[in-house]
Amino acid sequence: MAAKISIMPCLDMQNGRVVKGVHFVDIRDAGDPVECARAYCAAGADELALLDITATVEGRATMLDVVRRTADAVSVPFTVGGGIIDVAAAEAVLNAGADKVSVSSAAFRNPDMIRDMVDAFGAEAVTVAIDVDRNSELPSGYEVYIDGGRTATGADAVEWAKRVDGFGVGCILPTSKAGDGAKTGYDLPVIRAMATAVNAAVVASGGAGRLEHFYEAVEAGATILLAASVFHFNIVGIPELKRYLKERGVDVR
Amino acid sequence: MPEFERLRWWDTLREHVVIAIVDYRAGNLTSVRLALEHLGLPARVTHEPGEIAAAERVIFPGVGAAGSAMNNLAELGLTDVLRDVVERGTPFLGICLGAQVIFEHSEEDGGVDCLSIVPGKVRKFTPSDPLCKIPHMGWNTIDLRGTHPLFEGIENESEFYFVHSYYPAPSDPSYILAETEYAGARFASVLAKDNLAATQFHPERSGRIGLRLLENFSTWDGSC
Repeated sequence: MAAKISIMPCLDMQNGRVVKGVHFVDIRDAGDPVECARAYCAAGADELALLDITATVEGRATMLDVVRRTADAVSVPFTVGGGIIDVAAAEAVLNAGADKVSVSSAAFRNPDMIRDMVDAFGAEAVTVAIDVDRNSELPSGYEVYIDGGRTATGADAVEWAKRVDGFGVGCILPTSKAGDGAKTGYDLPVIRAMATAVNAAVVASGGAGRLEHFYEAVEAGATILLAASVFHFNIVGIPELKRYLKERGVDVR
Repeated sequence: MPEFERLRWWDTLREHVVIAIVDYRAGNLTSVRLALEHLGLPARVTHEPGEIAAAERVIFPGVGAAGSAMNNLAELGLTDVLRDVVERGTPFLGICLGAQVIFEHSEEDGGVDCLSIVPGKVRKFTPSDPLCKIPHMGWNTIDLRGTHPLFEGIENESEFYFVHSYYPAPSDPSYILAETEYAGARFASVLAKDNLAATQFHPERSGRIGLRLLENFSTWDGSC
């Protein structure tokens, strides 16, 4: 028997406020992070993600404060990503009360950082996020992007996921550039390829727009289902989603 | 200072350490402390043997590996005080790694001798199903074998949040209060005997039900 499938609403954050980028650029303000986090917990969220897209140093301090207040307000595990450039930054976020940190660009540039974090905080505390886009010239058909999706690396996304998995991380979180915010469904081939290739839990991210999309991601091998806009704008409610998944035989809380 | 006044002073100090959260550098204790604060329960994160010995209740949390946990406990001089508080009847709650190092032995780190408070050992999951990833990370149900003050108001088959790669295997079945199935193993997810209780899951990360368990612990007198 496996663990239950987790529903993970994601709060995209800038300067201490929740926003939601569509296709990584268009941004809409959608409220106070702590209130959102509390509301999601009340609705039945199994985990939460806070993704900080602030680029400034002042923003970082604001984010730590948000992490502290969120930790105080929620009693489910939450992951914090964005701006974690080294082990010390990860430690600050965990000490502020986060359960897991998510790293992306910095980890790609310096993979040793992943091993150091796993050693220091344990596998379960480390998530590696991988922004991907289709590239038919690579073996898996997917390429790793960094810097918030702006920089193509030339690296094969599934190969990178396998390498990351070798460090013993808890979760791998591929986000498809094409699908993110578009509500046309998760990028299933990349979820399937990674779920087959790695031991880490695969988090489906980017593109959920309807109930069916979540079910498809479970079938593709994801065990944590992340989404932002659909939950944010109440296109899909968490209780409704859980009922829907349960009816289809998916084990949810 | 006259003897009786010193005793009174000592009593007021004792009252402050209502719940001691044992800090032995085994992972992050922030969420445990915040959960108790959230419930309005005064708790103190401490590695002082005296404070732990004097506390009304002791929470023994922890994440990470058994080997370094045992080293840290030895270095901080905490192994005896932990055995003593359990022996003396102090309500005691082990969480996650804290529910493992109370055993005699763990298979982790090539084999580690532990605190020997609970007979039995800690085993590694050996899944045959590739869907059962290690660590066991996520929500899972518990199957209660009986009633216990800690589970007052908590239904059987409730769900809790787990993160672990090893599981408790007590040799004395009377310690098993609840079981959970994962990766082909049916393991003891809650241990309870007399004033000792231990959960393999994280009550501080298990939503409202987990908070209820911590609240129950705060009023538990240590009897079953």
